[in-house]
Amino acid sequence: MSEKLVIIGNGMAPGRMLEHLLEEAPDRYSVTIFNAEPRVNYDRIMLSPVLSGEKAFEEIVIHGDGWYIKHGITLYKGHRIVAIDREAKTVTSDHGVTESYDRLVIATGSVPFIIPVPGKDLPGVLSYRDLDDVNAMLLAAQSRAKAVVIGGGLLGLEAAAGLKERGMDVTVLHVMPTLMERQLDPAAGYLLQKAVEARGIKVMTKANTKAIVGKGKVEGVELMDGTIIPATLVVMAVGIRPSTALAKEAGLEVNRGIVVDDRMRTSDPAIMALGECAEVGGHVYGLVAPLYEMARVAAAGLADSEERRFVHSDTPTKLKVTGIDLYSLGDFADGEDREEIILRDASAGIYKRVVLQDNRIIGTVLFGETADGAWFNDLKKKATDISEMRDTLIFGQAFQGGASSDPLAAVAALADDAEICGCNGVCKGKITGAITGKGLTGLDDVRAHTKASASCGSCTGLVEQLLKLTLGEAYNPAAVQPMCGCTSLGHDDVRRLIKAKGLKTIPAVMQELEWKTSCGCAKCRPALNYYLVCDWPDQYADDYQSRFVNERVHANIQKDGTYSVVPRMWGGVTSAGELRAIADVVDKFEIPMVKVTGGQRIDMLGIRKEDLPAVWADLGKAGFVSGHAYAKGLRTVKTCVGSDWCRFGTQDSTGLGIRIEKFMWGSWTPAKVKMAVSGCPRNCAEATCKDVGVVCVDSGYEIHFAGAAGLDIKGTEVLGLVKTEDEALEVIVALVQMYREQARYLERIYKWAKRIGTAEIKRQILGDGEKRKAYYERFVFSQKFAQVDPWSERVSGKDKHEFRPMASVGFAEAAE
Amino acid sequence: MSRREKDRMNWIAIGAIADIPPRGARCVATPQGKIAVFRTADDQVFAIDDHCPHKGGPLSQGIVHGAAVTCPLHNWVISLETGKALGADEGAVRTIPVKLEGQRLFIALEALASKAA
Ligand code: SRM
Ligand SMILES: Cc1cc2nc3c(=O)[nH]c(=O)nc-3n(C[C@H](O)[C@H](O)[C@H](O)COP(=O)(O)OP(=O)(O)OC[C@H]3O[C@@H](n4cnc5c(N)ncnc54)[C@H](O)[C@@H]3O)c2cc1C
Ligand code: SF4
Ligand code: FES
Repeated sequence: MSEKLVIIGNGMAPGRMLEHLLEEAPDRYSVTIFNAEPRVNYDRIMLSPVLSGEKAFEEIVIHGDGWYIKHGITLYKGHRIVAIDREAKTVTSDHGVTESYDRLVIATGSVPFIIPVPGKDLPGVLSYRDLDDVNAMLLAAQSRAKAVVIGGGLLGLEAAAGLKERGMDVTVLHVMPTLMERQLDPAAGYLLQKAVEARGIKVMTKANTKAIVGKGKVEGVELMDGTIIPATLVVMAVGIRPSTALAKEAGLEVNRGIVVDDRMRTSDPAIMALGECAEVGGHVYGLVAPLYEMARVAAAGLADSEERRFVHSDTPTKLKVTGIDLYSLGDFADGEDREEIILRDASAGIYKRVVLQDNRIIGTVLFGETADGAWFNDLKKKATDISEMRDTLIFGQAFQGGASSDPLAAVAALADDAEICGCNGVCKGKITGAITGKGLTGLDDVRAHTKASASCGSCTGLVEQLLKLTLGEAYNPAAVQPMCGCTSLGHDDVRRLIKAKGLKTIPAVMQELEWKTSCGCAKCRPALNYYLVCDWPDQYADDYQSRFVNERVHANIQKDGTYSVVPRMWGGVTSAGELRAIADVVDKFEIPMVKVTGGQRIDMLGIRKEDLPAVWADLGKAGFVSGHAYAKGLRTVKTCVGSDWCRFGTQDSTGLGIRIEKFMWGSWTPAKVKMAVSGCPRNCAEATCKDVGVVCVDSGYEIHFAGAAGLDIKGTEVLGLVKTEDEALEVIVALVQMYREQARYLERIYKWAKRIGTAEIKRQILGDGEKRKAYYERFVFSQKFAQVDPWSERVSGKDKHEFRPMASVGFAEAAE
Repeated sequence: MSRREKDRMNWIAIGAIADIPPRGARCVATPQGKIAVFRTADDQVFAIDDHCPHKGGPLSQGIVHGAAVTCPLHNWVISLETGKALGADEGAVRTIPVKLEGQRLFIALEALASKAA
């Protein structure tokens, strides 16, 4: 029996710990995680780019749902642990789940500090800690009204920049005389303020908040001097407090944070703590680099793999606001025994200051030009005596030894143990070693193998320079991902060339586009087959040997080699006759399992391949056609009962769903396409997580697209509102045809839409009537060839060879 | 395999090459289980057990490319020549001698014969 490891909190620290643990002792523990946030582990650092719109939430997920499934980890999302019983060794969540543990890890992070002023609980007052906060800010930003950010530190400024980017009128209130005073000296703080103001953000320093005012919701912020700044949104970003209440209640030793030793052990030997909630050697931390080191130490402790101890080190601070370069490290207070070297270039907006003690760097502040940060950090860490280069030190590494000021040369000159990625503690040698040792060719590879540049991203430039240095000419940052090992062309190029060169068979594509293998592989062949089916519906002869078995035999293969059969039930509606026919087939062929699917229809599982044609023949007599439950094609159109029955229904959602399904079934698409039509915004057909969905409203049909509810979960985006069913059908068909023509094989609609932009899709489908018509016509044309029931074809003898053995060898023959 | 053993092999006719689609496979049912017989794009023929070394997937149902097949269940790639899993995966299936005489196909079931007998 494996030991039970329970983790409270699913933030960045325990996420990293699990990665190490799975490497070092993959089967040692059965792991259960409770997370108060209702989601998987994501890169909290990158919330600012999500707020500003530079990234989507899916891009900052660290471990998707699939990861937990793959590693057999149970994750309770949205479960806050409310009690630890150390006697019984159990934890209990607010939803009443109790889990016992052999080892417990507390990683509850921090809670934002809320200044205790009147009005702090008014609707419209937010903190800045998690995705919910970001979503609430985005909602508020839609009104393009006024926002006040209280706090001119790292978080506050990132929030302010994001809200400004989203069109809000933003004021930052900071209680101290200069911004980020804990990381910057006054000179740099002043430059920072100018840079922030240059983006149209108002900054008020020495601004002491007295109250948040408003009736029922936020209307403004009142300062001690009586000034009132109007606002509909107030973000408090004044600091964080380690989240220790749970540990305190359980009787663990708690100081500022949960007290742990340098191996992350709390005062109870069965319990560890790590992350922002932990206090080690008198320090608590608020940046990920030390937390990742804690993760490494904790994993080693859990795996008993090596004796690793946590050592304190300073972490540089960088601000993630595009266009503002700022770097600060260590101690830069003035002092008797300290010297400093300063460089100012007012016209270029550059300020650099290095603080020395005994000829060694103890602190650095860089503003406007931060490329030398890693070098200064390295000198500080190694306590290098800088007296030799004192005169040129401040000009940076490139100036030492008369080297040129070429940034590549500077990176080349860095020592192998110089730290490149501060967040993940990755040094230069590790990156270059991985590039040569593992044959890495791009940034994503380096991120995957070393984690460098995979967190806050501010070292991306350095990593790219290392790629350039190590690979020379062979490094091509814009390189497209080839379709597979058989070609160096990417999907988009192949699609374009198929059209441009009029290629109409798989051998023609492989010949003309210089495939490297004789007949492709299991990755490129199905893709090419789809592209050709889509582009030449009337001319291309579908190559069944290039289709995955399910699409070749029109049933779903199961783990034991039998098949499952799912007939269409249009819009999820069935009848006594249909159900009777299914019952008869089940009896006749002794089908072991009948199941209602998640797609509003019925699945018959465990059918022998040889029996498939006979099963289909019987189903066909009752009017059933294939449900394409196996296809990269139109799957289901789920519906609700709509205006025919439901007291809230606004339109005939069932009828529209059936109409869409009957119009579109049989079409092949880059990946599966699932739809739903709901009769009102209560949305019982769950239309807002589908590839395409319709939500009926009084005034017509709201068309949604780009939702996902499988490996990723994502609500749909609204394409637009149309007045009639006919228009709804035309828009949906045109949208799907655009997707059919442009997407890469296996790319669901939401991924395609993200790649090309929803604005562009709206423009082509809703903004341009002619384009829409043309897409629609092309779909209709292709359906002439596609809308053939594959089951009845096979009942009448097509592909007979698929369903019976070539020969049967009996005992007699075999033993002859 | 020595000449003598080869001579003693028991070649059983299983049909014509045209029965198998190019870049495809068919099964032959035997007392010991199914055997998958493959035909490549350039008309080479191979036979292996229809049982993936990973979790028993029916290899005859996979996509055939070059002299290899990709298992339909979890995408292992199996060499038709050696029966070995290619790439990072490890495992192998039994290969079965197969011969093309004119248009006719034969497999040798010697091992099987001794087992069955
Ligand atoms: C039968 C069914 C489960 C059930 O008993 O309810 C099912 C069964 C399978 N699903 Fe599913 N999915 C079924 C509804 C869903 C749904 C719910 C829905 O459609 O409303 C989802 C989430 C919505 C979505 O698609 O995003 C769903 C998300 C997936 C995914 C994740 C896709 C993704 O892009 O994230 C896969 C994996 C894949 O396609 O690569 C998958 C793959 C599969 C496969 C094909 C696994 C496989 O590759 O063999 C399963 C085939 C079993 C079989 O042979 O019947 N199934 N699957 C459901 C059939 C619906 C139908 O009537 O056609
Ligand atoms: C907007 C923003 C920008 C940032 N930028 C940077 C940066 O540029 N560089 C940098 O190094 N750091 C940055 N940070 C800080 C960094 O994100 C944190 O240091 C880090 O995420 C802390 O990790 P953690 O695992 O300790 O806690 P968290 O990631 O906060 O995770 C704690 C989790 O535990 C859950 N939890 C709490 N109590 C319970 C309970 N009782 N039961 C169950 N679950 C519970 C919480 O819901 C939360 O999901 C930033 C933080 C924010 C908010
Ligand atoms: S049916 Fe879907 S969710 Fe269920 S095991 Fe298969 S793939 Fe997973
Ligand atoms: S059974 Fe063949 S790959 Fe898993």
